[in-house]
Amino acid sequence: MRVGVITFPGTLDDRDAARAVVVGGAEAVSLWHGDADLKSVDAVVLPGGFSYGDYLRCGAISRFAPVMQLVIEAANKGMPVLGICNGFQVLCESHLLPGALTRNSDLHFLCRDQVIEVVNNQTAWTNSFKQGEKIVIPLKNGEGSFQCDDQTLAMLEGEGRVIARYLGENPNGSRNLIAGISNAKGNVIGLMPHPEHAINELTGPSAQGLGFFTSILNAMVK
Amino acid sequence: MALDTVAIAQTTPDNSQPFAELGLKPDEYARIKEILGRRPTSSELAMYSVMWSEHCSYKSSKVHLKQFGEKAPKSDALLVGIGENAGVVDVGQGYAVTFKIESHNHPSFVEPYQGAATGVGGIVRDILTMGARPIAVMDPLRFGPADAPDTRRVLPGIVAGVGGYGNCLGLPNIGGEVTFDETYAGNPLVNALCVGVMKHSDIKLAKAAGAGNLVVLYGAKTGGDGIGGVSVLASETFGAGGSTKRPSVQVGDPFVEKVLIECSLEIFAEDLVVGIQDLGGAGLSCATSELASGGSGGMKVQLDKVPLRDPSLSPEEILMSESQERMCAIVEPSKIERFLEICKKWDVTVTVIGEVTDGNHLEITWNGELIVDVPPRTVAHDGPVYNRPLAQPDYINQVNSQTVNVPIPATASEIKAAVLKLAAAPNLADKSWVTSQYDKYVQGNTIQSQPDDSGMIRIDETTNLGVAISTDANANWSYLNPYQGAKLALAEAARNIATAGARPLAVTNCLNFGSPEDPGVMWQFAESVRGLADGCLEMGLPVTGGNVSFYNQTGAVAILPTPVIGVLGVIQDVRTRTPMSFTQAGLDLFLLGETHEDLAGSEWAFLHDQRVGQSPDADLQREMRLIELLLEGNSFFAAAHDLSQGGLSAGLTEMVLRHKVGATVSLENAGVELISETPGRVIVAIDPAHTSRLEGIAIKNSIVITKLGTTGGDALTINDAVISLAELSTAHTSTFPRLFG
Repeated sequence: MRVGVITFPGTLDDRDAARAVVVGGAEAVSLWHGDADLKSVDAVVLPGGFSYGDYLRCGAISRFAPVMQLVIEAANKGMPVLGICNGFQVLCESHLLPGALTRNSDLHFLCRDQVIEVVNNQTAWTNSFKQGEKIVIPLKNGEGSFQCDDQTLAMLEGEGRVIARYLGENPNGSRNLIAGISNAKGNVIGLMPHPEHAINELTGPSAQGLGFFTSILNAMVK
Repeated sequence: MALDTVAIAQTTPDNSQPFAELGLKPDEYARIKEILGRRPTSSELAMYSVMWSEHCSYKSSKVHLKQFGEKAPKSDALLVGIGENAGVVDVGQGYAVTFKIESHNHPSFVEPYQGAATGVGGIVRDILTMGARPIAVMDPLRFGPADAPDTRRVLPGIVAGVGGYGNCLGLPNIGGEVTFDETYAGNPLVNALCVGVMKHSDIKLAKAAGAGNLVVLYGAKTGGDGIGGVSVLASETFGAGGSTKRPSVQVGDPFVEKVLIECSLEIFAEDLVVGIQDLGGAGLSCATSELASGGSGGMKVQLDKVPLRDPSLSPEEILMSESQERMCAIVEPSKIERFLEICKKWDVTVTVIGEVTDGNHLEITWNGELIVDVPPRTVAHDGPVYNRPLAQPDYINQVNSQTVNVPIPATASEIKAAVLKLAAAPNLADKSWVTSQYDKYVQGNTIQSQPDDSGMIRIDETTNLGVAISTDANANWSYLNPYQGAKLALAEAARNIATAGARPLAVTNCLNFGSPEDPGVMWQFAESVRGLADGCLEMGLPVTGGNVSFYNQTGAVAILPTPVIGVLGVIQDVRTRTPMSFTQAGLDLFLLGETHEDLAGSEWAFLHDQRVGQSPDADLQREMRLIELLLEGNSFFAAAHDLSQGGLSAGLTEMVLRHKVGATVSLENAGVELISETPGRVIVAIDPAHTSRLEGIAIKNSIVITKLGTTGGDALTINDAVISLAELSTAHTSTFPRLFG
């Protein structure tokens, strides 16, 4: 099983994401933003970072990358796509996911170990978790506050498309403590915290982030 | 202004030139005329003025810094020493590590965010220039009083700048310091360290060898920012007109630098450069003259080819511009096509601006007219050297002859109050407010970071080889005795990496001082350098490079002498590291090293406005035995934590709060034992079953050990004083949010 990891100019966590894909049991395939070629991958990860320096708006320029046109097409046909942090922002800008990520409520970049609860374990990227499982993975961003209008929020909640929530104090002002959401089909996930930095206890706060990367194998086997 | 060319300079020898405004002394100007045999052109004058500034030429410090070479210990580890962009050491398994620390103090006072950001950017390019992938940054910071209004302006801006730039580059920030003292008001210290890793064969040097090779400028376009920043800002003491200097501070674009890093690493991987230099202080003046004098000796540059952000810039301004995120490479003609391709892939602007020549001329033309023709060595290396007068300042005898007079806590309630007071003191309080603004996880190799004793990075995922780094300074001790202070900082930094189980290997430094024109400051500097050089020789640690920042003073008040010492060490398997605290109850706590009544320069004395007495003497032989003990004990220590500022009180506080596991200790003379800062001490936690092993290695290394108590519970209990972890945590963690929001 081949999982593509996209590198945009300014992407930072691409090597971390590739490492997590490999530890999770799949083959990691580098995808370059400028190449309109998905290299026959079965799933795609959009890693964290500051693509295009976050200029204009986070993710606003990356969505026009040649590779993204193929990702959007494939995602709409059901290919599993995981956007982490900046990748989440790119997915929102690409209209694969609703809403937007805005500046943290305290206006500071925040890096800390965050407890989140997996509230939907039926998606391509969360099926390794137990429903309601609490995990600790790093949160690190300056613009991680999930915002959308009331109607969208009601839709996301009503359709079970909130896939993870922050536990404890709201770290960034996200509506309903939302840490991650999915599209209607459940194949496209946007997640603000960083599971790729929690694949072992040596370099991360836990190994609990690995579940996102083993889930995708389960999803493919099914 | 009409173009000033070499031809015009030859025919108008008596034209007056603004050398004084550019920071050159009359005798320095006369020397330039002597070198050239004519007056310099205005472009040449610009080049000499920036390159002969204190910041670039080290003219006041050179005579002292040469001790690092003269007293250098024999070391097989040193691959590249002082003089290149950064030193390189062999860490085994074919890996080489480069690390260096630099100051960006003055710009950070004028414009905190951009000053700090470009400080990070500059040191990262120095590391990249050696051929290394940057893998981590650290930032020792010093500010005026924590509650001073200007600190509220400066600190948040500097922290945001360090984070804003470093986070966007994808470099984990793994440590540093945050210290407050009134002498840093108006003179904040922003020191930035970067470490990078490469294979031995990938080391790159700043040399333009091989006539006919091409001079290639790549990265950001050149703008008007930071023109003369180096000479105007770094070499001149602040007067009243600080804010008018704002345009001299460079503006950074971390996105451009991130792309430049990846582009450069791809270029290095294909071995496409002969030599390389980043454009930092003094911009193109520095890069062209250093590359030329490091290589074949000559270079021809067409300055009008430099891509500009501001087309109205004059040639003098282009030569002086300190626009960030630019690199200058020397490339063989056969490899230029591939070089250009890689730049195109990364959308990096790239221009061939000249070629390497034989001989001894750096010739720069502007639209075909010769505007610079100088022997490059005279610009880059033959700057003035001053043996400035130095004299022990009067305060030394005055403060050394006094003794510290502070209340010593005695009763249980006094002990509790003292521990809480130290836990909440700005210099010792929890720094999460700062460090949570830095990404410590990116790259996935961070093993330790703040608040651990040192930062630790894995450099090989298969073998688990790693490096640890700590930066330390104790300016209070350096004020009382700069010679001992430098040695003590060296010992502390080395100890801080040994507690984790890493063996110290090499040293870098950032020497922050007041005006070298003050003989007292110059004496502090000379004594600090002598102490560091002697200390490094004794401990067998080579100095790989460093940085001097003078003129950190406002009016007559100089900062405390602040030599920040960075020590890098190697750990063969990061999985075996000893953490700084314990996670379980029932462990025994031991103090390694003896406690004397060392209150001079202590945090407790500082909190009582006392900066008098005599600093402790550094006993480096004992420090080295302690390090051996730590390395031998690494296999069974459950935790090890260095004691420094705040002594045993701060050390215990940090340990119990780390994993919220308490401790009960009994002390004979609790008051003094808690607040004294006798150097060379470490707390270790061990399983009681290992007691005899600990005693064995303590005897072997002649280190006194004392059992302090045991771990467990939800309080820090010292004799009869019981401090709940909840109240200790509140005291420790509320200071920064209260001060900075």
